Amino acid sequence: MTTSPQAAPQGRRFGAAFAALALLAAACTTGTSSAGPTAGSTTAATAGSGTSAPTEAARPSGKIVVSNWDLYFPETLIADFTAETGIEVEWVKHTTNEDIVGKLDAANGTGYDVVLVSASFAEGLNNRGWLETLDHGLLTNISHLAPEADQLGYDPGNTFSIPYTWGTTGLCYRTDLVPVPPTSWNDLLKPAPELDKKVTMLATDRWLLLPALKVLGYSLNETDQAHLEEARDLLLETKKHLLAYDDTTFYSRLVSGEAALVEAWDGWCNYGIADETVGSKITYMIPSEGTDLWADTMTILKSSSNKPAAYAFIDYILRPEIAKTVVDLTLYKVPNPDAMALVDPAVMAQFPNLAMTPAELLEGEPLRDLGAAAPLWANIVTQITAGQ
Amino acid sequence: MLRRRLILLGPALAWWAVFLAVPVALVLAYAFLTRGTFGGVVPTFTLDNLARAADPLYLRVLLFSLRVAAIATLVALLIGYPAAYLIATLPPRWRTPVLILTVLPFWTSLLIRTYAWIVILNREGLINRGLAAAGLIDQPLELLNNEFAIELGLVYGYLPLMILPIYASIERLNPDLREASADLGGGPLRTFRRVTLPLTLPGIAAGCIFVFVPSLGNFIVPDLLGGGLSSMVGNLIQSQFLRARDWPFGAMLSLILIGLMGALLFFQAWLLGRQRREALDA
Amino acid sequence: MPDRPSRSIRSWGRWVLGLELALVLAFLYLPIAVVAALSFNASGLPTAWTGFSLEWYAAVARNEALLGAFGNTLIVGAATTIIATILGTLLALGLERAVRSTFLDTFVYVPMIIPDIVFAIALLSFYNLVFTSLLGLQLGLWTVILSHVTFGIAFVAVVVRTRLRHFDRSIEEASLDLGANELRTFRNVTLPAIAPGVVAGALIAFTMSFDEFIIAFFTKGTSETFPTQVYSMIRFGVTPEVNAIATVVLGLSITLVLVSQRLRGSLE
Repeated sequence: MTTSPQAAPQGRRFGAAFAALALLAAACTTGTSSAGPTAGSTTAATAGSGTSAPTEAARPSGKIVVSNWDLYFPETLIADFTAETGIEVEWVKHTTNEDIVGKLDAANGTGYDVVLVSASFAEGLNNRGWLETLDHGLLTNISHLAPEADQLGYDPGNTFSIPYTWGTTGLCYRTDLVPVPPTSWNDLLKPAPELDKKVTMLATDRWLLLPALKVLGYSLNETDQAHLEEARDLLLETKKHLLAYDDTTFYSRLVSGEAALVEAWDGWCNYGIADETVGSKITYMIPSEGTDLWADTMTILKSSSNKPAAYAFIDYILRPEIAKTVVDLTLYKVPNPDAMALVDPAVMAQFPNLAMTPAELLEGEPLRDLGAAAPLWANIVTQITAGQ
Repeated sequence: MLRRRLILLGPALAWWAVFLAVPVALVLAYAFLTRGTFGGVVPTFTLDNLARAADPLYLRVLLFSLRVAAIATLVALLIGYPAAYLIATLPPRWRTPVLILTVLPFWTSLLIRTYAWIVILNREGLINRGLAAAGLIDQPLELLNNEFAIELGLVYGYLPLMILPIYASIERLNPDLREASADLGGGPLRTFRRVTLPLTLPGIAAGCIFVFVPSLGNFIVPDLLGGGLSSMVGNLIQSQFLRARDWPFGAMLSLILIGLMGALLFFQAWLLGRQRREALDA
Repeated sequence: MPDRPSRSIRSWGRWVLGLELALVLAFLYLPIAVVAALSFNASGLPTAWTGFSLEWYAAVARNEALLGAFGNTLIVGAATTIIATILGTLLALGLERAVRSTFLDTFVYVPMIIPDIVFAIALLSFYNLVFTSLLGLQLGLWTVILSHVTFGIAFVAVVVRTRLRHFDRSIEEASLDLGANELRTFRNVTLPAIAPGVVAGALIAFTMSFDEFIIAFFTKGTSETFPTQVYSMIRFGVTPEVNAIATVVLGLSITLVLVSQRLRGSLE
């Protein structure tokens, strides 16, 4: 509920009328996020009596719709948030970035308040004009973000996205099944004979091409067709020795021994490391040619009709003790040093890649939206998957 | 007659006019427009998408898909027809329950069943372990991440769509016809070939279409059971809309595919229609 | 008069068919058996059996999201089946008897030959334009039903038509001659005759709706259906909870079938 605006002495009569109007407007605006345009602003100018100082922002309330991967919010996060703020959160799940972006494409950027997508996709959504430009003043906990998180290539200064988790892509392998520890992406692209058909690569376009582009010394956001075709040729060779392109079950393939060396995101490798039977034999490393810096980010849609609540939600997640629970669940790093400091040392010890510092992470190349080059990339990937 | 047409055809066709024709036509129209720099569609007319579709890469994907779908359909037919025949000739009390039994597995998620196949087919899976334990093999068979697995997945996924229409068309066969044929000296095989088979042709046609068409457009099975190592038409179109965010080109590919299938189906409908007209005139 | 083929050959033929059906059922149920087995596996991973456990079933009972999604799918499936079966059957009758149009005969297949993603995007764009922007309505299960009915009609129509193709109309004509009106004739003569086609079509419509993911994902608004919920859980491969609920569904369905058989048997 709004507090009555401070009426200057000479405007007391106007003040009363104003208060009544404000209460009425507040009753209309406090509501579901799905309602139409909010019924009038509480700072509606009354006949210019020079009265009120700007009103305090209404305490966020109501309901927001959030889209995120399943099992990507800690179990109690939403319940606790609702208990504390009274804001209802409806968590809609998406399986891949492409799915949620496709849905937003078709619905013209509407349907949600907060959307969690990976960085390059966030940049893409912003290029379509669908993301709210973030007012950092409304995020009281933003000071907990690492300073390096301000220098992410896809969104310097975090103007339209706030990183939720971040990490790298590398090689995850079984120390007992791989005779010589890998040092380069070539150990994946040109596997040793005993690793034939025991290696997998990630299936999503950007990460499918990553090892080849790094080995050839090209950018991960390469748009030159000749360069991409070089990468393609390299990957067509690799395909002959590949077990599968796998985005989701590669760590269980490592655990079962079906695969010995896989391209993996660092957090996912931790799921293999967490296994009770063979976890101690699984290790993650970043090849010498370097890798990417990926981030999953939180964004607010411009079409949202309950932005205050959306900001409150994001702000809540930026609290160190909350961000720490994200680490516990996902075994990913969060760009929140205060949160990382709270993580159980035993956990940090079991999963070494959690200890990577933001400075080290910044050595990776951030993935950017491909813009007009996206069809070219899709074509190249089709040539690879359809090729012999 | 007009009133009958309205009552019978009206509801379905009206529904399709609103929820099928209009939305899909709007999207397919994009085939002649241009992709915006960041995705989206810009209303600039172009035939570029048609030119791009002529790339031999896409023809190769199409031919591969046609072959895979055709094999899956054939296998489903060979397996499904005898099963449907038996169900249709069971005592009436048992027909519907057994029919439902064949469909029941499909009331669990396709993804769950596909992952189960991975457990069965992979190197450490049930089949390989069983065969190794029986001493029949010393190297695990490669049953996954190849075309065999894709075929298996497609046949498995669409078998009930083959069985159900064939069942429906056999069920209405008058058993007296078969008796009569037998009385006149026709052996069971002959009766089948001359009497049963031709009369169940509509069911066979329907079953084949029900299996062939979705197989062509399937993208889950090539990804999971095929290990993502091959691309079918479904993956291709999916990729245009969701990865490349190139709706115009995706629409063009879809238009071509729909046109192709539509032509085949038109031909099939014309053939069946002609057969029916001849039968009525005879 | 030539000898009729001996009965033993014909019954031998039926044995072969019976064996074939048994093998087909074994093929269809093999993954189901695996799913059921995994749902009792304490370790949760398909790679190692660490003991019998019911913990995943307990997890399912606690998992409101999963149960809710499943309920939603039943609602969508039932509504889709009813509407699609009615409209599809009428359509089949109309195509067979009221018109003779190769174009319409082909058009019936159109919902099937449109790629899923195109359909999904088309419908969402359409709903967003007409329902949300114009009428201010939210997408939900009802829009999924609208979408599923659209291709359900096609399946029902095609299957029912196979039944109508060589239909002997003399019985219908006899009924009309004897004074029954068209509706009565339809109900008492035509419908029972085409019933297996209607049942088969309805089963297909239900099954397709039950397991449909991409169109549901795009048009469901903020609701969840069982496939969309399951697909979103594949972050880590299929969790044992999902196997557990699949087993439960199956168990319930089989029980239902057996019970209804018993009931019918005792009624006769």
